Amino acid sequence: MHWFILKRLLIIPFLLLIFSVISFVLIQAPPGDFLTSYIAELAQGGTTIDQAQIDALRRQYGLDRPIYMQYLLWVGNLLQGDLGVSLEWRRANVELIGERLVLTLALTTASLIFTWAVAIPIGILSATRQYSALDYVFTVLNYIGLATPNFLLALVLMWIAFDRFGMTVTGLFSPEYAQAPWSWGRFVNLLQHLWLPMIVLGVAGTAQIARVVRANLLDELGKPYSEMARAKGLPEWKLVLKYPTRVAIAPVISTLGWYVPQLLSGGLVVSVVMSLPTIGPLLLRALIGQDMYLAGTIILIFCVLTVIGTLISDILLALLDPRIRMEGN
Amino acid sequence: MQQTPTVPEARAFAVRSRTDLGEPILSVRGLKTHFVMDEGTVRAVDGVSFDVHPGEVVGIVGESGCGKSVALKSVLRLIQKPGRIVAGEIMYRRPGRNGARPELELDLATLPPLGRRIRQIRGGDIALIPQEPMASFSPLHTIGDQIVEAIRLHDPMSVADARKLAIAKLREVGMPSPEQRFRAYSWQLSGGLRQRAIIAMALSCNPAILVADEPTTAIDVTTQAQVLQLLRVLQQEHGSAIVFITHDLGVIAQLADHVVVMYLGRVMEQGPVRSIFHTPRHPYTRALLQSVPSVHSEARVQLPTIAGGIPHPLYRPPGCPFHPRCPDAMPGTCDVRVPAMVDDGSGQPVACFLHHDVAEADDGA
Ligand SMILES: Nc1ncnc2c1ncn2[C@@H]1O[C@H](COP(=O)(O)OP(=O)(O)OP(=O)(O)O)[C@@H](O)[C@H]1O
Ligand code: SF4
Ligand SMILES: [Mg+2]
Repeated sequence: MHWFILKRLLIIPFLLLIFSVISFVLIQAPPGDFLTSYIAELAQGGTTIDQAQIDALRRQYGLDRPIYMQYLLWVGNLLQGDLGVSLEWRRANVELIGERLVLTLALTTASLIFTWAVAIPIGILSATRQYSALDYVFTVLNYIGLATPNFLLALVLMWIAFDRFGMTVTGLFSPEYAQAPWSWGRFVNLLQHLWLPMIVLGVAGTAQIARVVRANLLDELGKPYSEMARAKGLPEWKLVLKYPTRVAIAPVISTLGWYVPQLLSGGLVVSVVMSLPTIGPLLLRALIGQDMYLAGTIILIFCVLTVIGTLISDILLALLDPRIRMEGN
Repeated sequence: MQQTPTVPEARAFAVRSRTDLGEPILSVRGLKTHFVMDEGTVRAVDGVSFDVHPGEVVGIVGESGCGKSVALKSVLRLIQKPGRIVAGEIMYRRPGRNGARPELELDLATLPPLGRRIRQIRGGDIALIPQEPMASFSPLHTIGDQIVEAIRLHDPMSVADARKLAIAKLREVGMPSPEQRFRAYSWQLSGGLRQRAIIAMALSCNPAILVADEPTTAIDVTTQAQVLQLLRVLQQEHGSAIVFITHDLGVIAQLADHVVVMYLGRVMEQGPVRSIFHTPRHPYTRALLQSVPSVHSEARVQLPTIAGGIPHPLYRPPGCPFHPRCPDAMPGTCDVRVPAMVDDGSGQPVACFLHHDVAEADDGA
């Protein structure tokens, strides 16, 4: 088990190196650089600047150096714990990312817990009562959940909340807490706002995972070890939970690592629609403005989170399945 | 060169006569288990009757798909949807101590399949040795954990005591270093050892009946012989009855006291092992015996094809199920009426119009 974890920890630096190169290259891929889009923006506002000013700015931002130097500079600073400065906002990336990252993580964790807590029991109930009325109800709900775009769900729920209860359910805080420093009151306020985006973001995943659990469990329930447990005289519900469910949820756990990036892209529209102060809209803005150090840093942070998520899911899988645990022994 | 197998005069295990064995502990009567599906109804078991006496070894033989597994799973009430027991009774009489009157008499066919009473019988009174020992342990739990669970389901005791008992059982079935194997996972054991572990689990609650579904098909020939030997020795020590399914007439000849011959969900003939081998009465039994290449053939040999194929399970023939393949079929009789199982007093009942003229009352309805 220790060996198992150690092996995975050792790979992480290599993964991050590769990710950093890829994300940097991708950000640089569109033609032009930050200044090109900056000048275009100024021009729209009616301001023009002459070539001397542009060259001065380009030097100031280091954009005149070769690309690999820019990359090395960025990574070198990252290694020293300096996340760099946003070209557009002219503020430290840490400041810009900090709270949005915390809120994004809170939302991700909440919707992940919601997804599993709802999907796994539904999958188990559907499988053990295959073709019952309950199973059909869940099946229909699942398809609706899968087919509804989450931003649409967000709009509908916001409209219902406003129309029926007179509530405005956008954002993650009430106005009085939005800019306030962290306090107990702010935390409670966050929880009061978190549940709606949590459901909106979790519904599609819930439907998907419930289907996966149902299909896997049906498979496992037909296996000889399930029948053997029944032949021992084990009560059905104990049997289901102890034996086949443990096998059936393994694929669900293995998706933990992708959950973070999936939410980043899938949740973006929802974040915009619901005005959530999460990291998605910030990344979008940075990409449009070719604010490369901000965008690169955000993407790299998500790579780190994905790697951590995968590590956690690997460890959970190893705890679940001795064959994985003993691999390499 | 074909040769009819025989029951050796001096078997390793003496054949037991039913007259010495007292009342049956299990009486299956007119059992019908059907699978109702969109494509039609598969009458997997369609009127099966047999008895099991205390301490007796009953062998069930028949070609693949004739309903052997479904019949035994029905006894344990393990048939899942879309299968259902549609008729018949399964009387179980739990033997009292010292041969006293049965302390429990119960028709298993009437019990709810998930209820407490059938769960007490399963594993406690009637234990299963499954067809696929390889896949019958959960790969995520240790062997010991699963045996301890079986013990404590039927005999409330501390985990420590159950553990001691489980290790003792593993030792009894010849598991080398049982303390270590107790902590092992099934996939860490060889096929033969896994089979022994399954047997240890089945024996752990001292069941009155062991139900073994082709206990040796999945393991190599040498191990097969050892496992069968072991089963029989354990059975003699514990006095439990065994009902086992096999394709292998050689195994039947060596181990069984009583033989049940099945075809297409029905019993064709049954009787003491010597009578079945030496004076088979049903054309199907004769065909089976003749089709065995040699007595000393590899133990794993499957029943070879008898002339003609087995009908599709959805389209069973009317009349005697064997008539399309039967060399003695009598047109006008065998293809119209279903022969009933009749015992003329010889203790070898047979379902064939060559021997009597009694038809089933509810002809194929
Ligand atoms: N779950 C099921 N659904 C539909 N039909 C089934 C099901 N289980 C068994 N059957 C049918 O019941 C019949 C008897 O099957 P069974 O498994 O009892 O045969 P068997 O005699 O044990 O064969 P084998 O020697 O190959 O194990 C077969 O025709 C099979 O198609
Ligand atoms: S009843 Fe007729 S068809 Fe069936 S086995 Fe006997 S002789 Fe053959
Ligand atoms: Mg079978």
